[in-house]
Amino acid sequence: MNLRRRYLRDRLMQLLVYLGTLVVLIPLFFILYYVFVQGIGALNWEFFTRPPAPPGEEGGGMLPAIVGSLIVDTLALFIAAVFGIAAGILLAEYPDHPLNPVLRLVSDVMAGLPAILMGLVAFVLVVQPMGHFSGLSGSVALALIMVPIIVRTTEGVLKLIPWEITEAGLALGLPRWRVILSLVLPAARGGIVTGLMLALARGAGEAAPLIFTAFGNPFLTFNPLEPMDTLPLKLYVYAISPYEDWHRQAWGAALLLAAAIMVTNYLARRAMRS
Amino acid sequence: MPNWLYQRLGDRLFAAVVVLLALGVVAAALAIVAVLYFGGREAFATFGFFGFVLGRVWDAVRGQFGAWPPLLGTLITSAAALSLAFFPALSTALFVVEFSSGRLRETVAYLIDLLAALPSVVYGLWGIFVLVPLVRDHLELPLFTWAAAHAPALLPILGPPTGIGLLSATLVLALMIVPYASALARDALELVPQSQREAMYALGATRWEVIRRVVIPYARAGIFSGVVLALARALGETMAVTMLIGNSVNLPYTLFGPASTMASLIANEFTEAEDDLHLSALIAVGFVLLLIALVTNLIATWMLRRMSHGEGRR
Repeated sequence: MNLRRRYLRDRLMQLLVYLGTLVVLIPLFFILYYVFVQGIGALNWEFFTRPPAPPGEEGGGMLPAIVGSLIVDTLALFIAAVFGIAAGILLAEYPDHPLNPVLRLVSDVMAGLPAILMGLVAFVLVVQPMGHFSGLSGSVALALIMVPIIVRTTEGVLKLIPWEITEAGLALGLPRWRVILSLVLPAARGGIVTGLMLALARGAGEAAPLIFTAFGNPFLTFNPLEPMDTLPLKLYVYAISPYEDWHRQAWGAALLLAAAIMVTNYLARRAMRS
Repeated sequence: MPNWLYQRLGDRLFAAVVVLLALGVVAAALAIVAVLYFGGREAFATFGFFGFVLGRVWDAVRGQFGAWPPLLGTLITSAAALSLAFFPALSTALFVVEFSSGRLRETVAYLIDLLAALPSVVYGLWGIFVLVPLVRDHLELPLFTWAAAHAPALLPILGPPTGIGLLSATLVLALMIVPYASALARDALELVPQSQREAMYALGATRWEVIRRVVIPYARAGIFSGVVLALARALGETMAVTMLIGNSVNLPYTLFGPASTMASLIANEFTEAEDDLHLSALIAVGFVLLLIALVTNLIATWMLRRMSHGEGRR
């Protein structure tokens, strides 16, 4: 092939790559643009402080959904963190444990399972025995989504901690558990928190597994044993409703959700870098 | 504290707690499989496993449940979305890794990561209020009127141009998996050692030749496992699809008309399921979805493992 043709081809492919990137970025940019422009108008005092108005009436806000989101997501993160961090410790600090290959496979595969299946599992395991929908069952569903993310990040971070730290601790005569708890984990704290935040960001946006677990509740409640609303769930219900004012509020919820996730991701990225 | 307690028992106890909690993770995974299987057992027992999976009628009123319509919907939307998303996603990843640097590179990478994290409901909301009118007025209606005038044979394939249906759902699905696939492809491309590229440049290769002959072959396994993971994501994607696909289980599907996927069917009907058989049939659909997702994920995991052993080998 002569040189000119090779250059031509190089230019052509460069053009194609640029075009492909534009094809991706333009619609994605439009999504962010619409969420911002449509959402900003809906975010007012009432939106944050009032329970929803009855169907068809103007006004009302998202207070129960905001509170519900906070409770359900925190609870889910707590459940997932306990199991996830422990599993991460096992994978990184006890590399020869016979459980590890199974654990690694299981958490890899779990990470790719559809979120809605976690909702089905929580429905059968929590909602059916309890006899009614509850925020807690939603937390269980979200925890199942979060666990594999936490396992993976915790393992990754712990493996990055220099082996010398462990050796130094052992040389001082500290037992294994003390070395892990007092030396390795504190050194890895930033990375573990990053993993927790990524897991939270993932779980906080899910609506699918909550439709038949947390179910939704127009009244403000702090009790996770009752049905609860969350922002994504409310957003879904409002978006498919026939009411103009609910559509407006759905955009507001979308903006709030996008902003929260943007901030969490940004913080996680910064923590990862430092 | 006596020394033996601190040293021996402490270690044993700590290891035991860690192992127990890790076993909890494994148990949760087993519980997913078991719950979906036993939950769907009634439906499998009534219609037979293959009778259920291949049954072409889903009619809650008559108590007739076959998973073929939603299964078909899932396969169509995922495959179409993946083929729409593949080249744009790859070129975005190439743009970030090979064609840009500094601030531009970081901005685009951040934007892609952000969009990969954007919740499915937000895509669905945008789809309903922005994409659907756009698709209806500028794509479906012109095509439909053209077909009505010139090729009436196409009409049954096109279906009603309402905007809500298979086409819109597929487009949004493609848009959603692009950032995800792109981020995974980028990770794979970034693993290619700089020395490989430099060696190729030293031989006088152009940038495209370096990409074509070195970067892509080296990252191939990573790119493909990313594609498979994106497929797994598309298979299980629920909210955006539920909001846009129109949720109809009546075969045959048309290009513009309503359809349903396994995930959208579960999301749409689960809270309305009255009798046990309906509930069981929906969980059984979940079990079928689980099987498909498991297979795709195992393939992706296997590819990633292979990559980490034999990088760059042909």
